[in-house]
Amino acid sequence: MDWLNLLVYPAVRVLVLFFVLLTGFAYLTWYERKLLARFQVRYGPNRAGRFGLLQPLADAIKALFKEEIVPDHVDRPVYLLAPALAIVPALIIWAVIPVAKDFPAVADVPIGILWILAVAGIEGYGVILAGWSSNNNYSLLGALRSSAQMISYELPLGIFLVSILVLAGTFSLVELVEMSRPWWEWLWLWLVFPLFFICILAETNRSPFDLPETENELVAGFQTEYGGMKFALFFMAEYINMITTSAIMATLFFGGWKGPFADQYVWLGPVYLFIKVVALLFLFIWVRASVSRPRWDQLMRFSWQFLLPVSLMHLMGSAVFTVFLK
Amino acid sequence: MSLSVLFFVLVAGVSLAAAVGVVVSRQPVHSALFLLTNFAMLAVLYVTLAAQFLAAVQVIVYAGGIVVLILFVIMLIGGDTNDFVAPQRSWTRVTALGLGILLLAGLLYSFAQRLQPLPPNPEDLVQGGVPQAVGTALFTRFILPFEVVAFLLLVALIGALILGRPPTSDDPEAALLQQDSTGR
Repeated sequence: MDWLNLLVYPAVRVLVLFFVLLTGFAYLTWYERKLLARFQVRYGPNRAGRFGLLQPLADAIKALFKEEIVPDHVDRPVYLLAPALAIVPALIIWAVIPVAKDFPAVADVPIGILWILAVAGIEGYGVILAGWSSNNNYSLLGALRSSAQMISYELPLGIFLVSILVLAGTFSLVELVEMSRPWWEWLWLWLVFPLFFICILAETNRSPFDLPETENELVAGFQTEYGGMKFALFFMAEYINMITTSAIMATLFFGGWKGPFADQYVWLGPVYLFIKVVALLFLFIWVRASVSRPRWDQLMRFSWQFLLPVSLMHLMGSAVFTVFLK
Repeated sequence: MSLSVLFFVLVAGVSLAAAVGVVVSRQPVHSALFLLTNFAMLAVLYVTLAAQFLAAVQVIVYAGGIVVLILFVIMLIGGDTNDFVAPQRSWTRVTALGLGILLLAGLLYSFAQRLQPLPPNPEDLVQGGVPQAVGTALFTRFILPFEVVAFLLLVALIGALILGRPPTSDDPEAALLQQDSTGR
């Protein structure tokens, strides 16, 4: 058996990936605080290191050295399992995303898009179980909101993905990026990118869809009873999810690692992907700084009465285009 | 014992243990989590059979959809476990045992019926789980059952819609219900 190809190379790739993602998470918190500060005409963190660049390190040390508290009234095994369940999907979804020419992050599987759908489906468990096991009404309400929100927004998200799939004709993300698309296909995709982005905001529980943790009505929602490193794990899951979904959107809608000369110089691929991801992350933070939170019923109505019909119509349009123009 | 057999035994063992956990745990949320473990292990088994499409669909439909809904309902009804304990009657256990044996016998019978020696080239069988093969089979050979299932789901959807509709005022029974709920 070829141990090197079967175990060692994938393991090295996974370790590098985790290192990049966790560092990315740390500096994403800095990026968000700096940007939010700029949007609100403040300075943001500027004491720890130059431009506050050491702030993430200080935060990490603080979280690590906090006392580990497990309240008495919680369901202990589920309470401890929930943060792990929150962070694992955020990390493993990266496995199929291509980072350079012919180079997926870990493996090129023939069901790449389905893998993304599947992992997105189990992403909600961390939040739901955290809310339930905390045995606290605020947490439970947050968890209920989260599960309803996830189920509702997963539908249009999945149908948009099917639409992309119909146009591309392949499940593999590596092939999806490498195929050349006609101009009308790009236009047709970019038409629904804002709606896709809204679904992603809801799936990642990002503002303005952060109803599971609304601080002004639910204390901190599902994470009320968590502290120290366990709280930090939820925080990490949310931010790594932002990075991951940005990479997925860059791959599906903006050509992933592609860019001028990326075919000749393979190392340019990750650079282009990084630039696209940072631009999309800017969008996440921009939305947080400018859009206010909707009411709960508005959130549900928007998904079921607007996003779902529109996504179905887009799917029909994609099918017609694929049959007649491809 | 080869590595793949060892892997199968491990996965199947976890899966069976989870299935037992679903039945014996007193807390419904724990049962749902054991069910989730069982589904995940089933997906792993599909992957070892090179049926990646089935594995992905297993996770998307069961883990991502159905168990989330089960958890949602359990949490909505409340954490009071007494709601879920079936009333104990003297004949409950006997009936359960009898029905369980009946189910097991039926499963074993259908399994024995289908037990055949491997075809000369098992690689052809393995190709059944990739998306293209499933799609082609679904839309050519099994198009009628596929459409029947789609129709059935549509009927269920419309039924749910009608059940969930707010009662109209000209329906006397519904008006009465509404009065009850407002406490008058």
